[in-house]
Amino acid sequence: MSQILGLAVLFLLLNLVAGLWRVARGPTGADRMLAALLFGSTTVAVLLIMAEWMAIPALRSVALLFVMLASIVTIAFFGLPVGDDER
Amino acid sequence: MSGLEWVGVTLLIAGCFFYLAGTIGLLRFGDVHSRLHALTKADNLGLMLVCAALAVLSADWRIAALLVLVWLLGLLAATVSAHLIARHARRDGD
Repeated sequence: MSQILGLAVLFLLLNLVAGLWRVARGPTGADRMLAALLFGSTTVAVLLIMAEWMAIPALRSVALLFVMLASIVTIAFFGLPVGDDER
Repeated sequence: MSGLEWVGVTLLIAGCFFYLAGTIGLLRFGDVHSRLHALTKADNLGLMLVCAALAVLSADWRIAALLVLVWLLGLLAATVSAHLIARHARRDGD
């Protein structure tokens, strides 16, 4: 059981490494923010699986914090939309 | 392994598959909007399946409730981020 959880963590971390290629390649800022979005959701899954795998319940709280802060990065980068920009 | 553990492992593998699908979409698709489409949906489905798997494996109601909360917040974060990224990309004329 613990080996399966470990393999799942390893697999998700490899997904993160693959996402780095998109960060390096770009080509636009939006693409790099997409990679940040991938990092956000994958990191949460990794932390949740590690909490079960290593029996560290505190990691679940860390995952909760990560997911609460996940959208802050995008909002900080692009800013909240203002007024009517329907074009 | 017990029957419940088989269910959990199956859900976990399915979740990993959707994460893989999201990553492949991010790497292979042609423009920002397609990548956004692939990544947000697939990753959140993957997060849901991983959360369901861990809830089954832990067999604890409080942990299951926390995992549901994490998934709902994940959906909210992905929605907000996807909307802002799409808006920014469209304004840039890509």
